[in-house]
Amino acid sequence: MSFEPKIIGFACNWCTYAGADLAGTSRLKYPPNIRLIRVMCTGRIDPEFILAAFARGADGVFIGGCHPGDCHYMAGNYKAKRRVELLKRLLAQLGISPERLRMEFISAAEGAKFAEVITEFTEKLKELGPSPLKAEGGKE
Amino acid sequence: MAGEKKVKLAFYWAATCGGCDVATLDIEERILDVAAIADIVFWPVAMDFKYEDVEKLEDGSVDVCIFNGAVRLSEHEEVAKLLRRKSKVMVAFGSCACFGGIPGLANVADKEQIFNIAYKETVSTENPEGVTPQTESEVDGKKLTLPAFFDEVFPLDRVVDVDYYVPGCPPAVERINDLVGIVAKYAETGELPPKGTVIASEKTLCDECPRKREEKRIKEIRRPQDFMPDLETCLLEQGLICLGPATRGGCGARCIKANMPCRGCYGPTAAVRDHGASALSAIASVLGLDEEAEMTEEQLTALIDQIKDPLGTFYRFTLPSALINKVVRKKEVE
Repeated sequence: MSFEPKIIGFACNWCTYAGADLAGTSRLKYPPNIRLIRVMCTGRIDPEFILAAFARGADGVFIGGCHPGDCHYMAGNYKAKRRVELLKRLLAQLGISPERLRMEFISAAEGAKFAEVITEFTEKLKELGPSPLKAEGGKE
Repeated sequence: MAGEKKVKLAFYWAATCGGCDVATLDIEERILDVAAIADIVFWPVAMDFKYEDVEKLEDGSVDVCIFNGAVRLSEHEEVAKLLRRKSKVMVAFGSCACFGGIPGLANVADKEQIFNIAYKETVSTENPEGVTPQTESEVDGKKLTLPAFFDEVFPLDRVVDVDYYVPGCPPAVERINDLVGIVAKYAETGELPPKGTVIASEKTLCDECPRKREEKRIKEIRRPQDFMPDLETCLLEQGLICLGPATRGGCGARCIKANMPCRGCYGPTAAVRDHGASALSAIASVLGLDEEAEMTEEQLTALIDQIKDPLGTFYRFTLPSALINKVVRKKEVE
């Protein structure tokens, strides 16, 4: 059986979630590997959420937020971006490929970009294989 | 009732530096109060008891066990379970028992890697036969045993049920006095605080920090050896990585008053599961807030690269109790 990665996605209410909606209403195809969680802003995504997703067996975590300058709450997307960058370094120190964490700016008009990014990310994770945390049984 | 029926106390040290036992004596003359209300039945650092003395005690006959140190060896786990069985109340004392502490940073490697470095690879080691500690070995026809070295370090509550936590590296004298107060009240009335209570503040260190704060934003991370921080202003605003915003207070801001940033020994507040994630979040959000809309990927990378060792910085005391509590054994990246 081929490996189907599990992706946890966090999408901001104002841009990426609407973008994902547009991908749906436009009948664009993308792999069903992502489980999308709507948050009001990417700034709300505590790094703990991301680590918890990995600890519980996610193969990848996707963060989708507004383009620079477009955040509904001024600066949530910048904060998220910095947290993600720092988290990638932490993941690498933990021996987990930082490529398993991906953040993209996707606006409400970019349904096609959403479908494209998720397709690409799913392919990348298939290449990487199952999360090394899964092999070790994870916890919680 | 004090004096009539004394409280029975046990102390133990597992993977620890011994500083917690020293801190216990820092309460100075109040140690006499302890002696007045309590009989000490076990205290390896100070008194000559053996494990078999503890084994002989009746189950549940020790009132309070104050356990410091993380669980690194099978011996620590064994004694933790023994003391849990003998004690009514188990207190995780100090950051190592509460979260894994500094010894917990060893979770960046497994047993094999640690043994290779400690017994084979260091320049000063001469070990041509590559001997490493074995749990059993034979010398002159006699079998010798040693405790097993675990693959990872655990906080105390991963091996036994813990009733109270006293964080700190070491716990502040005021908080040890609080613990003495709790034991004294227990001796007198039999009353105890709710299970799981952390004997420290419910707020973060920033709440008790005496320094002036304006708006926290930093463009450049600086390190304590690079400059002399001024004594009045928030250390984070001066560019030092201070974990105060993410760390439980109760220490009395000891390090801050000595002009050193908080390193996080009190662990997370009750609202937070993963201390390192919380600290990482706090620091990342105050980094380089000006002109961020125009910031390029390269600038962002340069900004973040200033934090040299995120794991060691944000999980200095809490790696074994983190959501991802050790480095994966089959690393995808080096």
